[in-house]
Amino acid sequence: MDSTILTTIAILTLVGIVVAVVLYFVAQKFKVEEDERIDKVEACLPGANCGGCGSAGCRDFAQRLVAAPEIGSLFCPVGGNDVMQKVAQVLGQEAVAQKKMVAVVRCNGTCENRPKTNEYDGYASCKVKAALYSGDTGCRWGCLGCGDCVAACKFGAISMDAATGLPVVDESKCTGCGACAAACPRTIIELRTLGPKDRKVVVLCSSKDKGAVARKACKAACIGCAKCQKVCPFGAITVENNLAYIDFNACKLCTKCVAECPTGAIHKFNFPEKPAAPAAAPAAPVEKAAPAAVKAEVKAKEETA
Amino acid sequence: MITFKIGGVHPHDNKIAKTEAIDPLAPPAKVAISMAQHLGAPATPIVAKGDKVLVGQVIGEPAGFISGFVHSSVSGTVAAVEPRADLAGNMVPHVVIDVEGDEWDPAIDRSATIVKDITLPREELLAKIKAAGIVGMGGATFPTHVKLNPPEGKKAEFLIINGAECEPYVTSDDRLMREKPDGVAVGAAIMAKVLGGCKCYICIEENKPEAMEAIQKACVTFPDIKVLKLKKKYPQGGEKQLIDAVTGRQVPSGALPIDTGCVVQNVATAYAVYEAIQKNKPLFERVMTVTGQCVAGPRNLLVRLGTPLSYVLEAAGGVPENAAKFISGGPMMGKAIANMEATTQKGSSCLLLLTEEQTRRKPEGNCIRCGKCTEACPMGLEPWLLNKLARAGGRMDELEENKIFDCIECGCCLYTCPANIPLLDVIRVNKAEVMKIIRSRAKK
Repeated sequence: MDSTILTTIAILTLVGIVVAVVLYFVAQKFKVEEDERIDKVEACLPGANCGGCGSAGCRDFAQRLVAAPEIGSLFCPVGGNDVMQKVAQVLGQEAVAQKKMVAVVRCNGTCENRPKTNEYDGYASCKVKAALYSGDTGCRWGCLGCGDCVAACKFGAISMDAATGLPVVDESKCTGCGACAAACPRTIIELRTLGPKDRKVVVLCSSKDKGAVARKACKAACIGCAKCQKVCPFGAITVENNLAYIDFNACKLCTKCVAECPTGAIHKFNFPEKPAAPAAAPAAPVEKAAPAAVKAEVKAKEETA
Repeated sequence: MITFKIGGVHPHDNKIAKTEAIDPLAPPAKVAISMAQHLGAPATPIVAKGDKVLVGQVIGEPAGFISGFVHSSVSGTVAAVEPRADLAGNMVPHVVIDVEGDEWDPAIDRSATIVKDITLPREELLAKIKAAGIVGMGGATFPTHVKLNPPEGKKAEFLIINGAECEPYVTSDDRLMREKPDGVAVGAAIMAKVLGGCKCYICIEENKPEAMEAIQKACVTFPDIKVLKLKKKYPQGGEKQLIDAVTGRQVPSGALPIDTGCVVQNVATAYAVYEAIQKNKPLFERVMTVTGQCVAGPRNLLVRLGTPLSYVLEAAGGVPENAAKFISGGPMMGKAIANMEATTQKGSSCLLLLTEEQTRRKPEGNCIRCGKCTEACPMGLEPWLLNKLARAGGRMDELEENKIFDCIECGCCLYTCPANIPLLDVIRVNKAEVMKIIRSRAKK
C-alpha cells in the first residue's frame, strides 16, 4: 500500500514538473507584449463601461488613450476633467479641460399642454411606439413617454415625472454619456454644456410642424415665428424647419428670448426666482439675471444696431 | 382538404358581414387620394391645384421601379396637393379633390357584360396592368406588374389565386367571389397568360362554400384553372403558407415565391386585372368590409379610394358608443387607426371596430417556456427566444442567427401566448433593425 501512494506521488510530481516546464516555454513563445500603461490608465477610469466616450468599455478606451499621440480629442464624460487629469499624468501629457455636458429633454408636451388624441396600449417602449405610428398626441415630434431614456441611463439620472409624463434629468447625476440621446427614437434629447452657476436657456420643443399645426397639437410648442431670433443680440438663435434652436456656445444667457417667446417654448433654468414684483416691472428679473458684463455687451450691441 | 404544414392558429372567424351584398358607396364631397398606396416609392402627383379631373384619370405617376400609377376616383377640381396624415398619423403626399358630379373617363366600359376573350398579347397585357395602377389588394400592396414579370431565368409554374381570406371578420373577398365570380376567373386567366400559360389554382377556405360554388361554376369554361378547398386555419392566406399548402414546396429563408416557381395573387387583384384589361377601368375603387359586433349595420361597401374612413363608418351606422379600437384590416394583422380622417387606399380591405373588452391587453406575465408560440409560428421560429434576445439589448447577431427576418408578422405567437407577452411588438421592431444591418452589410 505504501508503495502505491509513493508511486502516485512520484508520478504526479513528475507530470507536474514536465507540464510546468512545457507551459513556461509556451508562455514565453506566445507572450503578448502589452503596454503596462494601459492597466494604469484603466485604473484611473471610472469603470462604468458606459460607452459614452465612443469606445467599447473602459479597457478599450484605455488602449485608445495609450495609442493616441495626443489625448486632446479623447474625453471620458463620466470621469470628467479630474479623471482626464490623472490619465494625462500617467501618460505624461497635458489634459485639455472640457466643459461638463448634460442631457436636455427638448419637449414640454405635458399632459396639460398636449392633450392625448388616442390611447396607446401596446408594449411600453418608445422604439416600438415610434415604429407603429405618430404617437398618442397630436404632435408627431415630441416625447412618447414610454421611458426608453430612463432604461438606457446607467447612472439613474433620468426619471419619469408622473404628473407631466415627461422624463426629468437630474443634472447632478448626469454624466453626459449620451446613452439616452441614442435611445430616443425622436432624437429630442440633446447633450449640451451649462453656463455659469449651471444656468441654461433652452427651446423646450422639437416640433418641425408649421406654426398652426404645432400650436394645435401642443400649447407649449415652438411655432417658428422667429421673434427670438430677432431679439437675440448674439445671433445664437437659428430657426430652421419651423423650429428655433439656441446654440449653447453662443448663448450669453441674457434671457431676452424667454420673455419674447409668444408660446412660452423657451425656458430658463437655475436663474434666481422672480421677485414678487408688480406687473409694471417685467424687465426686472431679466436685468437681475444677466451678469454686468453681458448687460454691457447687450447695450453696446443695441447701440451699434 | 389541404393546408400548410407547420404552425397556425384557429381564431373564431366572426364573419358577421358575410350575408351583406356589396353596396356601392356614393363618393363624399371631398376625397384625399394618397400617393403612397403601394409598397415602394410614393407616386409623383402630376396634377396641380385647380385642375379638372375625371373618374379614372391618372393623377400620380410611379417614382421608381417598385411604385405605381394612382388614378382619380372621382370627378371634380383638385383642391390641393399637400402632405396629410395617413391612418398612423404620418405625413404622406395626398391629392385632395372637390367632388363635382360623377363623370367617368369615356374609355371605361361601364356595362355589365362579361368579356371572356383575352385578345391582347402578353406585353400589352402587362403594360395595361401597370397603367391601371394595380397592386396586391390583400394588404401588402406590392405592385402587380412587377410580380407578374419574373426576372430573367425564373419561370412561373403555378399561379395561385388567394381567396383564403383567413383573417377573422373580413368578408370583402368572400363577397367579391360570390358576386363577381366570372370577373375573378377571367382575371386569373389573364394573369396566367401573362405568366406564360402556367397552371392556375384558386384557393378558398372551407368556411366560404357559396364562394367556392360560384367560382367553380365560373371556371367551367377555363380548363386550366382548378379550384382548391383549403382547411380553415390562420395564416392560410400568407404567401409562403399558401405555396406550401398547394404545392408542398417550401420557400427558403430569404428567397421569394418565384424561386419556387410560384406567383401568388389575391382574388381582389384578379378582379381588378379583369376590369383593367376587359373594361379599361383602372383601380380606383375596391370592396371594403365595415364590421365588428358593435357596428350597427355591418356592410360590404364598394368604396372610392380616397374616401375618409369616418365617412365610410357613417354609412355603416356611425361611431358606436362602446367602440374602443378602430382597425384597418383584420384583427390579426390589421393596423390600429390613429386618425379617422385618413382615407381608404388600395390595400384597405376592412374597417373593424372592437370594444374595450375585446381589445384590451391583459397585463404581461413571465414566460414559462410552454412553447405554445413555437408551436403556433408558421415560419418555424421561436418567438419566445427572439423576445428574450431582443430584450436583453442589442443582441442583433443572435437575432439574425435565429432568423428573425423570416417573421411574417402574422401575430400567431402573440395570439397564443398565455402570459400575454407582446412578442410580435418586440420582434417587429428588432426585425426592422436586423434588416437594416443586413442591408448596410450588403451595400459594403
